[in-house]
Amino acid sequence: MTDMDIRQMGAFDEHHPPDSDLLGDCVHCGFCLPTCPTYVLWGEEMDSPRGRLYLMKEGLEGEPMSDSMVQHWDSCLGCMSCVTACPSGVRYDTLIEQTRAQVERNHRRTPKEKALRALIFSIFPHPKRLRAMRGPLKLLQRTGLDRRLRSTGLLDRMAPHLAAMERLAPTITDADPLPELMPAVGERRASVGMLTGCVQGAFFPGVNAATARVLAAEGCDVVIPPSQGCCGALSVHNGREEEAQTYARRIIDTFEDAGVDHIVINAAGCGSTLKDYARLLADDPAYAAKAEAFEAKVRDIAEILDELGPVAERHPLDLTIAYHDACHLAHAQGVRSQPRALLRGIPGVELREIAEGEICCGSAGIYNILNPEPARELGERKARNIVATGAEVLVTANPGCLLQVASSIAAQGHRLGMAHLVEVLDASISGSSPEELRTRTI
Amino acid sequence: MGLPADVETTGATPLEILIQRARELLPEEGVITDRARLRTYECDGLAHYRVTPALVVIPETAEQLAGIVRCCAEQQIPYVARGSGTGLSGGSLPHAEGVLVVTSRLRAIKEVRRDDQRAVVEPGVINLDVTRASTPDGYYYAPDPSSQQVCSIGGNVAENSGGAHCLKYGFTTNHVLAAEFVTAEGEQVRLGGDAPDSPGYDLLGAVVGSEGTLGIVTEVTVRLVRLPEKVVTLLVGFDSTDRAGAAVSAIIAAGIVPAAIEMMDALAIEAAEAAVACNYPDGAGAVLVIELDGPATEVDAEYADVVRLCEETGAFELRTAQTPEERVLIWKGRKSAFAAVGRISPDYIVQDGVIPRTALPEVLRAIADLSERSGVRVANVFHAGDGNLHPLVLFDDAVPGAGEAAEAVSRGILDLCLQHGGSITGEHGVGADKAAHMPKMYAAEDLDTMQLIRCAFDPDRISNPGKVFPTPRLCGERPGRRQGAHPLQEAGVAEVF
Repeated sequence: MTDMDIRQMGAFDEHHPPDSDLLGDCVHCGFCLPTCPTYVLWGEEMDSPRGRLYLMKEGLEGEPMSDSMVQHWDSCLGCMSCVTACPSGVRYDTLIEQTRAQVERNHRRTPKEKALRALIFSIFPHPKRLRAMRGPLKLLQRTGLDRRLRSTGLLDRMAPHLAAMERLAPTITDADPLPELMPAVGERRASVGMLTGCVQGAFFPGVNAATARVLAAEGCDVVIPPSQGCCGALSVHNGREEEAQTYARRIIDTFEDAGVDHIVINAAGCGSTLKDYARLLADDPAYAAKAEAFEAKVRDIAEILDELGPVAERHPLDLTIAYHDACHLAHAQGVRSQPRALLRGIPGVELREIAEGEICCGSAGIYNILNPEPARELGERKARNIVATGAEVLVTANPGCLLQVASSIAAQGHRLGMAHLVEVLDASISGSSPEELRTRTI
Repeated sequence: MGLPADVETTGATPLEILIQRARELLPEEGVITDRARLRTYECDGLAHYRVTPALVVIPETAEQLAGIVRCCAEQQIPYVARGSGTGLSGGSLPHAEGVLVVTSRLRAIKEVRRDDQRAVVEPGVINLDVTRASTPDGYYYAPDPSSQQVCSIGGNVAENSGGAHCLKYGFTTNHVLAAEFVTAEGEQVRLGGDAPDSPGYDLLGAVVGSEGTLGIVTEVTVRLVRLPEKVVTLLVGFDSTDRAGAAVSAIIAAGIVPAAIEMMDALAIEAAEAAVACNYPDGAGAVLVIELDGPATEVDAEYADVVRLCEETGAFELRTAQTPEERVLIWKGRKSAFAAVGRISPDYIVQDGVIPRTALPEVLRAIADLSERSGVRVANVFHAGDGNLHPLVLFDDAVPGAGEAAEAVSRGILDLCLQHGGSITGEHGVGADKAAHMPKMYAAEDLDTMQLIRCAFDPDRISNPGKVFPTPRLCGERPGRRQGAHPLQEAGVAEVF
């Protein structure tokens, strides 16, 4: 969309350009550089957070939006590692989202780029379409999108990635649908609403089932509204503001009547967006207050379990575990100690730290589809560091990371068990054998 | 100097020839000419000095870098080297008609030689990564600027960087054993070597701390230091900087050389708390971060003395880090202090000056007076052990005149340092920022002698011109502002190049 009525100021229009006060917080110290995945790969100022902020400043000062500016903003993974590293408290997360929305409105993308984005956004934010997949390629064939793709010359870029996803994605057995209410085991300590997510729900239904079981075992009434829709995370991260707002309103409506104390999410990328609904809907008088109330209730699964404290008995699991920080959990939400504390609370578990833990694995939402080459390099780097820990099982808290890391580790010829945090807790509470986790692939 | 023949025949400008040469030598992404991209390189860590370079190159090998410099020499184009761009004196401020040579892709750690305690690294390697690479072998790289997690070894060599632990272990110059170096004519030479000492003039010593005015290092052999058997970190709260200063003097007078002894005043503590929630003692007028390291028995003995001396000088709270995490948190407050000041002030100047340690209380009082008289807030962070002050002068650039007032206070602090027999920079360098202060510290003869050394390395004055020296002069000109020949010329022992 290009709204010609909106006056242009350099690179940006008047609808939420990158906030100059927030930009002014950057003192150019450079502490963000070594934590930025693209700076680590390429060593260029323009592909560091400091450089991207500088480009925003140039845009505000009157430089027109050029292809090179857009290229450097596009190549940001949105991992928010820089937000953690910044001593001056620069809100890079807010600034890059404002900028991305501007790019979507004011930059003319090539037909190739447009087609790829249209394809992605016609699939990923739609749980039903994702669920309908028996592997992305099959969906492409069924909908005829593969022919459209081929005609744009994109298949060469897409196919290897999708083929890898198909190979690695779990066989979608028709998992038992989740009940709308799973009552607390024993004394009721809280009532929580559970978000089932898009990729999580479609590719990892086992994770959602485990989440519900663990919450119930820890004394929560778990409310799971059917047909929830997408939270809008992918849209927010890619500058599709209006689309994201529509999704957010629907999620708020869905959970409004549930009367729950907390809203729990087990996917890091979704969680960080749910916790930012107040800003996303700040301009909507009908929803601004609702969004604030909603946001205050949102908890990652690790946060809520840590807050509640354990009541269900943990059975021993003799396992060495490498815990991978999902960027949208560690950097965007500051949730680092809770998952580790939960894992350490399981008798027999030995936790190992991954070198360069603060650097993104390259998944970053749909980044690995839009930017396959840097994503592959980051995935290889992450896989090497994970394998070097010698751990038997890799645990993380985000479906995108699991897909990316699993494919990178497999490409290097290694085998490691792969599990979401909550699946490990579920195994311990239910007393399952650790062998199942050691051999679990995705 | 006449134009080279190919310029006259092709009509291309020197810059166009350089760009063409750069494209032949470097991969496509290593040559930057796009305006928006060039502008992201227009400043380093001292962001109020800005110059857009005519060209940025990011070489991946020493040979590529030397090739660029050779072409600069042929075409008489100035060049400026830049590492991570974190410098605080504008040392890597670009030249408008020149090329910025960025070393961020020269980042291989080539060797970690445990047996002879050294590592061989490229200039773009990040300081802390040298330590990360050598700790598995029981070693580390001692110089630790506050920006150690981002600053590059090449930049450290250029600035002779120091840090909190340089009190005991020395500055960069004490840890560089050899270097591959590209002269201003593009020659690749080796300085220093595997022997502990080389006869003749210490050319490596001249290069370390020369702020890029003599050439660019493309490989550095650094000394690694054995990890200490025991490290103890203390955080000590005092009600005033006077008392904290007295504690520092008492500790040093007792013959103890701590690995580090750092002071922060109330305003600096406030900023660090806001940034990293370091949980320093409530209501402290000053804190000291004191670190002792070495053999366990020695550290234990020193620890008892330090605790006693702090209590005698009026410490109201004394904490000893019990875990590595607590140690990191104590240091995090100190190490993030500069950037953290952004939380309590929209703008600020980081000053860097040195005074004799014994003058500390007096100079701090004088800075407080200056601050009160001018109404400009000053936060103090410093390496108390060696008298290296880092006053942070706070201001709001949106207020008319505030920037000038802050500059005046900042200059006044340097004058105070000089009046007390100190120096205009401890470790940030002279760069673009303090060149004008050099004549306050050195006589014209001193500056002329430095200029002669510079001309020996860089006769055409193309390597980082306009930095360090107040009045740039061509090497063919007679040095000095006096009338007549330089004394060395008159004595018949030197001639003008």
